[in-house]
Amino acid sequence: MLCDICKKNPATVHLTEIIDEQMNELHLCEDCARNKSAAMEQQFGLSDLLAGMADFEKPDKDEENVAVKCPNCNLTYADFKKIGRLGCGGCYNAFRKYLAPLLKRIHGSNQHVGKSPLIKEKVISKPGRKKMDLEGLKAGMQKAIQREDFEEAARLRDQIKKLSSEQGSGVKES
Amino acid sequence: MKIDDLLNHTSEWLKGTGPNSDIVISSRIRLARNLNKYPFPHWASKIQLEEVLAKISDAALKIDMLKSSTLFKLADLDAIDKQFLVERHLMSIEHSQKTDYKALLVDDEEIIAVMINEEDHLRIQLMQSGFNLFEARDIINRLDDALAGLLDYAYLDDFGYLTACPTNTGTGMRGSVMLHLPALVMSRQIERVLAAIAKLSFTTRGLYGEGTQASGNFFQISNQVSLGHGEDEIIENINGLIRQIIEQETQARQILLSKNKEVLEDRINRSLGILKSARIITSQETIELLSMVRLGSDLGMIKDIDRRTINELFIITQPAHLQKLENKKLSSDERDLKRAQLIRKKLNLL
Repeated sequence: MLCDICKKNPATVHLTEIIDEQMNELHLCEDCARNKSAAMEQQFGLSDLLAGMADFEKPDKDEENVAVKCPNCNLTYADFKKIGRLGCGGCYNAFRKYLAPLLKRIHGSNQHVGKSPLIKEKVISKPGRKKMDLEGLKAGMQKAIQREDFEEAARLRDQIKKLSSEQGSGVKES
Repeated sequence: MKIDDLLNHTSEWLKGTGPNSDIVISSRIRLARNLNKYPFPHWASKIQLEEVLAKISDAALKIDMLKSSTLFKLADLDAIDKQFLVERHLMSIEHSQKTDYKALLVDDEEIIAVMINEEDHLRIQLMQSGFNLFEARDIINRLDDALAGLLDYAYLDDFGYLTACPTNTGTGMRGSVMLHLPALVMSRQIERVLAAIAKLSFTTRGLYGEGTQASGNFFQISNQVSLGHGEDEIIENINGLIRQIIEQETQARQILLSKNKEVLEDRINRSLGILKSARIITSQETIELLSMVRLGSDLGMIKDIDRRTINELFIITQPAHLQKLENKKLSSDERDLKRAQLIRKKLNLL
């Protein structure tokens, strides 16, 4: 299929526009798609934009990061750069090294503040739940050390420290 | 509840009640949530999507707050029904496309709407009439907690709630307020206001959310950043910003009234005149004229038409609503005729 605008290059971008109730399908080559008005750009711009942002991540080491794969869903970092969407929650751990700076650029921060789904559980069940968490974290840290992911290991170590001290104070109270 | 039942019902957010409802149409909060381990919808297999849908619908059945809700499977709906739900702001345009294993959960009052398997597994939305973000936050928080008790959310301590698109990561929360700003538009101050909003990392969108143009002086303003600020802080920030915009619109209205009263009165009454007598009218023209009539009603220049009637007209004159009211498919030309007829009937009866 050839591009609807230049009628020369093959159409690789397919768009559905809705203007005044009329649905309109457009098949464009990349160049013409890019040249289309700023208003249109908004519609297919997000993944491009994200991919672009992800791209300035250490351009020299590009080859190294694109091959990283999420062990849970098999999405590669190259896939993410292409589609602008992550594959599953596991991707955030798998691509942590690249995502942390990207999130910082998008949001101005990469540290969540606010609600967590565990709050209620933590309030209801105390020491038992924490002991389990602690064991899980320790196992996770060992695994991280084995695969030489020291950043992750350090993060888990800090969490273990925090949790152990909280648990200590909890025991004293009871 | 059937989809057709919604047709004769006024959504809570259209009632034209609530604080500052002369300028603020509605307040909305949405949360993006995903199930742990399952790939996000765009990356999931059919079987996984089916499992996600089953898990979420099972959980929803157990929640008291969702007792009066109905689950619609998108694949079972025809094109008009899907567009109808979009027009009522119950779901996104994106949700009406590629409908396999997508569903929408809506409560009878149309306050709660949960999209299942849209960009994220769950998009929980809460809509209130008027300027009411804090109440919306309290309700959606309770619903989110109830769901979190039954579902295992994808969450990390440092990144927060994990979403398909990294622009939603963190709180997964977007708060938006729909504003009617005719005086700022007429006095050509709107560009300045919108530029200031963008600088503060808020976005402005049209009536139907992402990618839609602002029309009829309606603007939807929402937060852009979802990570690094707590939910309450984000809501406080939007609240403060909206308060300022309300003040500016109020001032602009007062200035128009004191300096250009005749011109304003003329424009408002001409708009009403066209709506009461036109035989053919597009939805775009309808929105623009109704916007003026709404302003007239807010300023007390039009006394016999209330806000709720005007709000309702905005919705029932939309293409899918017209076709459902007529109970058949209508071409664009046929719709323009029927639309004019419906508006005449509603406004001349008053």
